Amino acid sequence: MAVDRSDIAKLAKLARIQITDEAADEAAKSISDVLALVDQLQAVNTDGVLPMAHPLDAVQRLRADVVTETNQREAFQAIAPATQDGLYLVPQVIE
Amino acid sequence: MHQFTIAELVTGLRNKDFSSTEVTQHYLDRIARLDNTYNSYITVTADIALQQAAAADKRLAAGNAPALCGVPIAHKDIFCTTGVRTSCASKMLDKFIAPYNATIVENYLNSGTVMLGKTNMDEFAMGSSNETSWYGPVKNPWAIDCVPGGSSGGSAAAVAAHLAPAATASDTGGSIRQPAALCGLTGIKPTYGRVSRWGMIAFASSLDQAGILSRTAEDAAILLNDMASYDAKDSTCVERDVPDYTADLHKSLKGLRIGVPKEYFGEGLNPQTAKLVEDAIKVYESLGATIHSVSLPHTHLAVPAYYVIAPAECSANLSRFDGVRYGHRCENPKDLNDLYMRSRSEGFGAEVKRRILVGAYALSAGYYDAYYSKAQKVRRLIKQDFIDAFASVDVILGPTSPSPAFQFGSKTKDPVAMYLEDIYTIATNLAGLPGLSIPCGLVDSKPVGLQLIGNFFAEGQLLNAAHQFQQATHFHQQSAPGIE
Repeated sequence: MAVDRSDIAKLAKLARIQITDEAADEAAKSISDVLALVDQLQAVNTDGVLPMAHPLDAVQRLRADVVTETNQREAFQAIAPATQDGLYLVPQVIE
Repeated sequence: MHQFTIAELVTGLRNKDFSSTEVTQHYLDRIARLDNTYNSYITVTADIALQQAAAADKRLAAGNAPALCGVPIAHKDIFCTTGVRTSCASKMLDKFIAPYNATIVENYLNSGTVMLGKTNMDEFAMGSSNETSWYGPVKNPWAIDCVPGGSSGGSAAAVAAHLAPAATASDTGGSIRQPAALCGLTGIKPTYGRVSRWGMIAFASSLDQAGILSRTAEDAAILLNDMASYDAKDSTCVERDVPDYTADLHKSLKGLRIGVPKEYFGEGLNPQTAKLVEDAIKVYESLGATIHSVSLPHTHLAVPAYYVIAPAECSANLSRFDGVRYGHRCENPKDLNDLYMRSRSEGFGAEVKRRILVGAYALSAGYYDAYYSKAQKVRRLIKQDFIDAFASVDVILGPTSPSPAFQFGSKTKDPVAMYLEDIYTIATNLAGLPGLSIPCGLVDSKPVGLQLIGNFFAEGQLLNAAHQFQQATHFHQQSAPGIE
């Protein structure tokens, strides 16, 4: 399946990535090439085959509901772009 | 001193032939002198290395040091290392100082190894040539105008240029085995779940697995003993005892049943590469193994399935890079959406963006069943191919890569051509099986890799088969020209 400039614009918005107008054609072409490659999958009969999400078909392990981690807010916020009073700063979202 | 294998370093350190400080300083001097040419390291951690070496020398003097104590190694820059930049070769993480160690880094700290530095790679491990790194491409020590392979190209070039005796690496679709092949090294990708993924920056979580690049299979076995562990912090890590991977190295291969899949010798395989793989089969026959033709009928669907599943998981995993909690943040965002859009657009390179967009497409409403769900069904068919083959053979053998190292820029314009570089390695990741690559000769003075694929958790058997091959051949002892 081929994608065009408008598909790229929609995907870019979904993925929160800017694609400039100049780059949109190149992106549409290379992504169409990738989709042409993966379209080979459509020729295979997979009726009755279960989707495989994990190589070992493992299930989620459960653990006891006890606190095991200590609070490391200062260490983690030391690498944040902008913080104040223990909070992460972002541009104003509520008018 | 840089000629020694890990096994020889372990013995030499124990016999006090040299100290860890001497070995470490020797490697740091070589890196300072030679790595301008190769660009195999993103960060050299000289101060930390010398501190760790001094501490290792004390433990060695006290006489109760673990096996790997004092041995220097390099870590791929995908593994978090406390207090040290962990960039994943992306501008997004150029200033990211990890606040914790990956489990495998912690395991190697506990065994007393010394960290020489963090090696270059394709950005977020997305690439097969190390050309997508924000820190520039890595040069192949065998041919300076050629790629070292990827994504673990820095780890491979560092070991091949003797700038580290061995290095950690990771493999999502061939990122350990293909660079091992292109740089003349031994590289092992263990069974999915054998090694903890905690602290290894995620690309495609159901495929990513850490492993090793080394000069010999024996070294890989020694290093895997300490890398593998059960880790409650990785929910996909398998709770299973870690055997001693060196225990079976010397076992005879008499009666070993080797399967050769006909699909791995079709169109696209360099005829000279094919010839070397056929020669390797004869070596195995002379060692007492029996050769059997097997079929993996869904092989041609491995790359298509992978390029749905890996981008889908990548688009989900990389959504965490939002410019808020860590990583690159754009200047003067005008609102929250602008902060996300510009931080991500400035921080990610072209290939990463392409895969995020492909993933977003495959997961978007209306396409999920046709792409993602379909690919996961095909993934099961691919795994079933291997299960059927392993009913009658112990190990599967074939080429690692279709051809030797290629020139810079020759595949960057055509992503699909680059993706086909991993045509023989990707199925192993989809199935979750262990695989390794060992050198089996040269084509046009460039190394060729032989791939061995094992059954689930059969790393010991793979390493045995690789070690026995290396006892009978000299390919792994060849160094790149000019590397003394």
